[in-house]
Amino acid sequence: MENLKILLVDDEEEFVTTLAERLELRGLQARAVTNGEDGLHMIEADTPQIVILDVMMPGLGGLEVLKRIKAQNPQIHVILLTGRGSTKEGIEGMQLGAFDYLMKPINIEELIKKMQEAIKSHP
Amino acid sequence: MSSKNLWTRFTKGLLHNSDDDTVNRYRILRRNIFILMILITIIPLTIMAVIYQHEYQSSIKKEIVIPMQTLTNKTKHTFELFFEERLSVIRFITASYSFEELSDQKNLNRIFEALMDEYCCLVDLGLINKKGIQLSYSGPYEFLGKNYSKQSWFQEVLVKGNYISDVFKGYRQFPHVAIAVLRRTEEGRYLILRSTIDTSKFDDIITSMELDQESDAFLINRDGIIQTSSRFYGKVLDQYPVPFPRGNYGPIVVEETDPQNRKMLIAYAPLTRADYIMVLAKQRSALLKPWYTLRSKMLFAFAISVVTIILVVFKLTDTVVKRVKDADEKRELAYREIQHTHKLSSIGRLAAGVAHEINNPMAIINEKAGLMKDLVAYDDQFRKKEKFLGLTDSILQSVERCKGITHRLLGFARRMEVQLVELDVNELIQETLGFLDKEALHRNIELKLQFTDNLPYIFSDRGQMQQVFLNILSNAFAAVEDKGQIVITSWEEDSDTVGVSIRDNGSGMSEETISNIFDPFFTTKRKGGTGLGLAITYGIVKKMGGEIKVTSKQGEGTIFTVYLPKKAKIGPGE
Repeated sequence: MENLKILLVDDEEEFVTTLAERLELRGLQARAVTNGEDGLHMIEADTPQIVILDVMMPGLGGLEVLKRIKAQNPQIHVILLTGRGSTKEGIEGMQLGAFDYLMKPINIEELIKKMQEAIKSHP
Repeated sequence: MSSKNLWTRFTKGLLHNSDDDTVNRYRILRRNIFILMILITIIPLTIMAVIYQHEYQSSIKKEIVIPMQTLTNKTKHTFELFFEERLSVIRFITASYSFEELSDQKNLNRIFEALMDEYCCLVDLGLINKKGIQLSYSGPYEFLGKNYSKQSWFQEVLVKGNYISDVFKGYRQFPHVAIAVLRRTEEGRYLILRSTIDTSKFDDIITSMELDQESDAFLINRDGIIQTSSRFYGKVLDQYPVPFPRGNYGPIVVEETDPQNRKMLIAYAPLTRADYIMVLAKQRSALLKPWYTLRSKMLFAFAISVVTIILVVFKLTDTVVKRVKDADEKRELAYREIQHTHKLSSIGRLAAGVAHEINNPMAIINEKAGLMKDLVAYDDQFRKKEKFLGLTDSILQSVERCKGITHRLLGFARRMEVQLVELDVNELIQETLGFLDKEALHRNIELKLQFTDNLPYIFSDRGQMQQVFLNILSNAFAAVEDKGQIVITSWEEDSDTVGVSIRDNGSGMSEETISNIFDPFFTTKRKGGTGLGLAITYGIVKKMGGEIKVTSKQGEGTIFTVYLPKKAKIGPGE
């Protein structure tokens, strides 16, 4: 789990930066960006193992970003965040290759558990 | 206003009354339909009855008039024949005997006696010369030597050659008619033979007409003096009191009201040889008796028809109005249901929007509070650490509670993807009860299952059906006291439907609560109720094409009944 590189993509800056800080506190390398384009650039520059991706974002949507990630770096684990509580988007995301999805507000322990599961599934 | 407008207004008024008072509206509708139907049935019936009556009346009159004309004419001919016979025999005598022979009293007596044997009713016979002097006479009176030259009949016989007098009363006060014939001999002498006829034979002729009590036949002369006795209008030589047509004409029938104020049909036939008119009078009421009988029969039939029509129309109107009322009520109910569904779905959309909007700031609060907690937790030096951790935990718990609410709201709002599978309703309920087993045990609630064995499978969504029963059961659990009872019954309602009822002996609900029970956000639970459970339940059941009903009595308990189609018909739900 240590040295695990995590990229957080969410348009809510306050949310995403705080979450990143909390993960850092737990010894993880977490970086936050607030839109899909920046996220894709960041992946190219410094490929993370895990991407935490918000589904509902202005501009490039979460599912579109997911598709591109999976097209270029299928080994990256993507965990989706949904704010709408709709299982439909989550399931759609999983069909596109996401590892799992969580509903906001999230429980950080649950998130970490999911990430561990993801890494365990194939490191 | 044009007639079309009037008609439109009339029909509109009849069938669509804008009055809002429903009871009144149906009463007016009933009344209007009744009146309209009565009018369109009874008016043609009445018109037909009147036309038929009129036609029949005129045809029956014809049937009366023609026989009257015929009878009058026949009797007229009988009279004419009677006169003609007597005139011709006298004419024969004037031709057969010479003036000398006839002026001989003995000869005349002999001829008269022979004549009396052959022809009835002759009273006397006498020869009169050109100067009007009676030369010989055979008969009961002393007329010998009498001079007739100044009398009008004598002048007439000189001009016309023969003559029939009006009826007159002779010396013996019997009605008589005088007839006379003139012949001019080869020598240029005038030979006038005169005879008197007893009119008793006239009565025989009239009797032979075989008239009934309401009829009368008699002769009048051209001046309206009655010549033979009349049943209705007086004796011989009285004035006939009814106006009659003058001149020459064939037999005619007229309607007159006589001085006794009787409506009469009177036939007149003037005789050609004599100045008489044959009269036949009949009382109209007697003649029209068959007509009156028929009319009363018709009136009876008409009345029966009208009564029948009214009864049928009344019954029909009743049925029609009842149907209309039923249809209105059904439409009203359907409308209310649609409204309810609309309300649910619009509230659902609103709820989803609100939940989503709240989720984002809630996530920020969650992370900020989490970070605060983390910072405090990782800092061993931090003073009042316990206090701070308590505070952040409290914030995180509140966020968790909000999350619960927003997720339920979203759950209510979202269109749940339906997965239809074969379900055993009994099994499903038992499975659902598994969630509540602990509570039942803890509160000592008696669960009584009255399942119908071999209940047909339904084809529906397992998760949603579970939610339906879970919601209803949760309400039942909330309603009953500890040691309360909940009875769950399942049965096959009909070939397409399975029914499930959940009865509790809890506190029951007021009318008002029942009317709001399926509305979103309506709750009576003092703590923790979102007011969405039964609204979701309602939405799911409706979406599956089922029905849900609730009956309740305060203090006695509540029964929820769910009807589920064997094959879910997915419709707009929520």
